[in-house]
Formats: sequence, structure tokens, C-alpha cells
Amino acid sequence: MEIYLDNSATTKPCKEAADKIMYALENIYGNPSSLHRPGFEAEKEVTHARKAVAKLLGAEADEIIFTSGGTEANNTAVFGAALARQKTGSRIVTTAIEHSSVYESCMELQRRGFDVVFLEPQGGNISEEQLSDAIDENTILVSVMMVNNETGVRLPVDKIAKIIKKNNAPALFHCDAVQAFGKIPVRPSKIGADLVTVSAHKIHGPKGTGALYVRKGTFIRPLLYGGEQQRKLRPGTEAVPLICGFGAAVQNIGSMSENMNRIKELHSYAEEKLAAIEGVEINSPSDALPYILNISAVGVRSETMMHFLESREIYVSSGSACAKGKKSHVLTAMGLDPSRIDSALRISFSKYSEKSDVDTLAACLQEGMDKLVHSK
Amino acid sequence: MKEIILAKVGETALKGLNRKVFEDMLIKNIKRKIHKLGRFEVVSSQSTIRITPLDDDIDMDDTAEAVGKVFGIVAYSRACIAPKDLDEIKRCAAEYLADIFEDNVSFKVESKRSDKKFPYGSPEISKEVGSYLADTFPNITVDVHNPDYTVTVEVRDFAAYIHANVVEGAGGLPVGSGGKAAILISGGIDSPVAAYMIAKRGVELTAIHFASPPYTSDRAEEKVKTLLEYVSDYSGRMIMYTVPFTRIQEEIQKNCPEELFTIIMRRLMMNISNRIAEQNGCQALITGESLGQVASQTIGALACTDEVAAMPVFRPLIGMDKKEIIAIAHKINTFETSCLPYEDCCTVFTPKHPRTRPKLDLVRKAEAAVDWEEMINEAVENVKVTKIGE
Repeated sequence: MEIYLDNSATTKPCKEAADKIMYALENIYGNPSSLHRPGFEAEKEVTHARKAVAKLLGAEADEIIFTSGGTEANNTAVFGAALARQKTGSRIVTTAIEHSSVYESCMELQRRGFDVVFLEPQGGNISEEQLSDAIDENTILVSVMMVNNETGVRLPVDKIAKIIKKNNAPALFHCDAVQAFGKIPVRPSKIGADLVTVSAHKIHGPKGTGALYVRKGTFIRPLLYGGEQQRKLRPGTEAVPLICGFGAAVQNIGSMSENMNRIKELHSYAEEKLAAIEGVEINSPSDALPYILNISAVGVRSETMMHFLESREIYVSSGSACAKGKKSHVLTAMGLDPSRIDSALRISFSKYSEKSDVDTLAACLQEGMDKLVHSK
Repeated sequence: MKEIILAKVGETALKGLNRKVFEDMLIKNIKRKIHKLGRFEVVSSQSTIRITPLDDDIDMDDTAEAVGKVFGIVAYSRACIAPKDLDEIKRCAAEYLADIFEDNVSFKVESKRSDKKFPYGSPEISKEVGSYLADTFPNITVDVHNPDYTVTVEVRDFAAYIHANVVEGAGGLPVGSGGKAAILISGGIDSPVAAYMIAKRGVELTAIHFASPPYTSDRAEEKVKTLLEYVSDYSGRMIMYTVPFTRIQEEIQKNCPEELFTIIMRRLMMNISNRIAEQNGCQALITGESLGQVASQTIGALACTDEVAAMPVFRPLIGMDKKEIIAIAHKINTFETSCLPYEDCCTVFTPKHPRTRPKLDLVRKAEAAVDWEEMINEAVENVKVTKIGE
């Protein structure tokens, strides 16, 4: 039986989402913008999903803009906010450990003349002080992720809104919550975020859809033009079946705190078992999101160990799935030793993960460490 | 308007008595290359191969592109077919050339008359067609010395052909005319280019790839297949042999001195390749090495590897700079694929300080620490066969 422990890259869609998508594909074929009945049926389904996503965020349905996924939502937020406020100021504050869809967007804005500050983590995380020093009266956007996708590190996003206010910054606050959504409470109003990114396929929904929360009254520029849909912020016919699947996945999350208790237990069990293997080091800090466990099997390159585990039908990630080939910019920014970066593996759980999965993983990792030739 | 392709045969024409054999091979290669695009007649006369589409819906852009990748053709042009009547020839020429003659360009007309029964001589045809074109298109001017376009009118046995654009062909010799050789391919930028260059000299290819799972992945092997598909656009189909190399690489790592890892690995690759090549009727091995590019590509290192090979080892890139190699990789479309970042058998276990001037006796001695024969046989027996191309 295969063991899938790469849930931060993507998850297997749950039955509820898959059924809903299939149903919508076959039955809900109307265009939500059409005025006839099939159109209205489709609109109702999209609204239903929108409400489900909004509810989990503690937001209003019309604050949810469906996109093609996390990458598009992050691009919309970063470019949309920067372009809307470029006359007010030019500074953008973000971190060096953002997902590449935020990081690379900010790099592009830097090339276009914006003054972008990439905060480097100190001691594995970004401090309030660093944020406070960087956010000034010229800052128009602060984009900081809630949970890092490679290590599970939680960033101090609940402090940002206060700092923006205290420092008199005319800034919008965007939070990439892709790894946190559906696992811990993500409440834009509580943390004072104007823009929040979430994605369907990390919570057992389909690939190809995600959403951007845009706080009521917040003006950003759209990335795409060509229609009246979704407050004109994301024109184009909505991906009805995928959005329906997203809604179903959200409704199928169950109790986040119950899930969390299970995962916490699973995580400490895994940490203990894996750390007992000679050569294995734990990279994730102890206060990281327990869904993610980053380790290094020192001496064996990430890719080699990953393929070895693959031959045993265990699937984990070598570094981050989005950074194949390159040294992980996140682990580098965290100041890890190169030998640990080269051998880093990311194990990421889902609510469907079992203790027995961890047992098999530990046994095979031990086998790999014994069997594979270590680089000198 | 019906179009054909006229392909000029290059060096093939020079090969004396072999000419017929070479031309037949070239025609066969052209037919194989374009048969998917529709039905064609491919015939040769007077150092020109005439490719005539037999179906109406054949895309001649695709056909021209395909013909441009057949080795043995130095140049080719697309031509329109006109009835053998001077007025018709003029009319067809004006219609066929209307697009390029809208602009301010200079031209001249050259004519060839192989059908001596045609009532006008070559100079007369040129003059008539030239003045007709000049009258029809107000923007163009005649320039007999250095024209932008040379309009050629060929009056042949059954029709007249008109063309104005000669395009450079792939050059070289027809694949198959120069025997068969095996390319050692890892997945980098160099080896596909080396394969292309030797195929260009008429050599049929076989490919040998070394895979070391789990140190290398399925994706690395898939990448090599993709690269070979691009090469086979020129070289025609080939067989790829994937050699299971994990055990040998692990044994090298465990039993040999680190600074000699690469050189010993390459000697074993050479040994295995030589055997596979021999079994499959190849007469030479091909590698993508370029002198001094990396530690294993110094004169000393190459001498150490060649000692193992019983057949000639061709290294067409030996005197080329990386920049020159990359330019060819772009031309044959392999560059992007070569840059995909997967581990290959040459990048795992790279020593930190490889020996650049290995001494042969020391290498032999280090190598003798392990009895390789059984492992080599095991690897050769378990090769995986994949068909590439067409």
C-alpha cells in the first residue's frame, strides 16, 4: 500500500470533493453569468462554495474571489496592491522565505522600480522588531506568509496590522495562508489582513482553484481584464466544477482542533522515531505547524533518498516541490548547514495520515541510510 | 497554387560510382521523414530531388521544415508548378511571387531549359518573365549583380518550376551511408549535439544511457528519451539501451579512491558500451567530450578511458567551446531539455578534487580492487531496450 506523505505539495482529493466535481461536470454546465435557468443553477452552486470558503475565514461571501489557485491569488494580491498604491509610496516589505509566487512577484516589482525589502529570518523566524524596522511611512504593501511551506515555521502575522498602524504606513497587508488554511484558524479580520490567499488542493480539494480574500472596501488592481465577474477583480467564466469541489472540501474538513490534536501526536511520534535513526536531523523548529516535518538524512542527497523511498511506495518531498534542482532558498535563508540542505526531506501529513505510515517510513528511512552509499 | 520542393543534393553527388547508392538512400530517408504528412512522389534527376505532393491538403510549410532536417541535402527551395507555356509561366510567376514583391526589393531572373523542344531559349525566357514581373509590381527593381531575390525558372520535361528562395539544407551525408555508431548519452547539453554531428556525416545511431536508481530518477531517463527524440528528427529512428549501473557505481564509491571515481566510472562505462555496441553492429563509439571542459576531459583522462575501448571513439566536440556547443543545441532544440535539473549518472558521487592527470598504471591498480567482470556482465544482460523516433 502506498504511503503519501507529501500533503504540503498537494493532497489527494477527498471522496466528497471528487463526487461533487463529477456531479457538477455532468449536471451544472451553465455559465454562472447566463440569465437562464442553467446559468442560475451554476451561480447558486458557486455562491454555495463561496459561502463555505467565507465561513471558514470568518468573512463575507463577497469578499472571496475565486482564482486558478494559490499562485494566481498571490500574484493578484502582490501586483494588485502595489499597482493600486504606487502613487502613495514605493516600499514593499516581505520575507526571504515566502512561496516563490510571492517572492518572484516581489522580485519583478523590484525590477520595475519598487523598493522591496526581503526580510531574512534570524534564528529561524522573522521577528516583530525586524518588521517594525522595515515598515515605514512609504510602505504600501506588507506580504508575509502565515506558515512556511517547507519547514512549517509560523510567522508573526498577528503583529503586522498593529505595526502598520503604529508606523503610519499606508500599507495593505497580504497574508499567504495556503499552508495554514483548513488546519489552523485563519481569520483575516482577527489578524487585520486586507488580502489572504488560500488554495483548494492542499485541503483535499481539486487542483486548479483557490481564492483570494479581499476585505470589503479594499481596492486593488486586477491582473486580468475582460468581464464583470467577481467584482471585476477576476474576470472570466468561473471554473464551476472545481469551485464546487473546493466548497465540498472545505465542508469536509471537520473539526480543525480535533484534527490538530491527532496530527500533533503523529508529529511527535514521527519526530521521535526519525530522530532515533543515526544521521537524521530534525530541521523544523518545535513550534512549527505539526503538519510539516522537515528533516535531513545527512550524507544521502535529498533526491536519492526520495527515490529510494519511492521504490518502497513512500512519497515525501525533496526540499520543496517548487524548487527542484535549486538549493532551497528557504532552508538557505534559515541558515542551515549545506550538508543538511542537500539532504533535506519534507514529510507532510494530512488528516488521513496514520501512525502505521510513520512506522513504515521510519523503517524504510533506516534501510535507506544503511543501504545507500553516502557521499563523502 | 500547386507547390513542390526541389532539393539540391550535396556531397553525395561527388561520390562517383557510389552516387546511385547514396541517392537512393537519401530518397528513402526523405520518404521516411515526410510520409506522415501525406503522399508524395520523390524522384531524382540531375543532382536535384523533386518532392511532389500527391494530396491536395498537404501542408507545405511542414514538409519544407521536415526536408530541412534530412542530412544529404545542401539546399532546397519551394517552387510553384506552371504549365509549359510562356504566358502561363509569367502569370504563375507573378501570382506565386506576389507576397515578396509587394515590398521594395531587387530581383533578377535566371532560366534553365532542360527540355530543348521548348520554343524559347533561356535568355529569352528570363527577359520575358523579368519584364512582365517589373511591369506587374511597381515597387521592384532589376539588379543583375546583387539582387535580393533570384527568380529561377526551370523548364523541365513535364512542367516548368518557378522559385525565388533557396534555403540552406541540413548538409552532410545521408544517414546510413556511413555505418553505425553508439552515442553515450547522459542528459547534459553536449552528448545530443555530438550525436547530431556524427549522424550528419551519414552515421546511423544507437544510444547507450546509464541509469543508477535511486541515485538517478525515472525523470532523468525520460529526459534522455526526449533529447533523443529531438536528435532523431535528424538522424532517424534508433534504439536506446539503458544500462542498470547502480551496483557498479556503489562499488566504485566503496572500494576506489575518491579522486579516481570519475575516471574509473568512465572506463567501466566505456567497457560496457563497447560490448553493447559490438553486439549491435556498431563500428564506433561517440561521446560529447570537449577538451578541458571538466577534469575527466583532459588529454590524460581521455587516454585512460580510450584504453578500454576496442573501437574508435568519436568526439566531435573535442575542439569546441561551450558557447559553440550551446549554439548547436539551440539549433537542434535540445538545449531547454538538457537544462532540466535531474541528477544523472555523471553528477552523483562527483569527487571534490578529481585527478586531472591520472596515471594509467595507478588507475588500473585502483580499479583492480574489485572484480568487475561479473557486474559488467550483469549490467549488459539487463539492459532495457527503448525505441526512439518515428
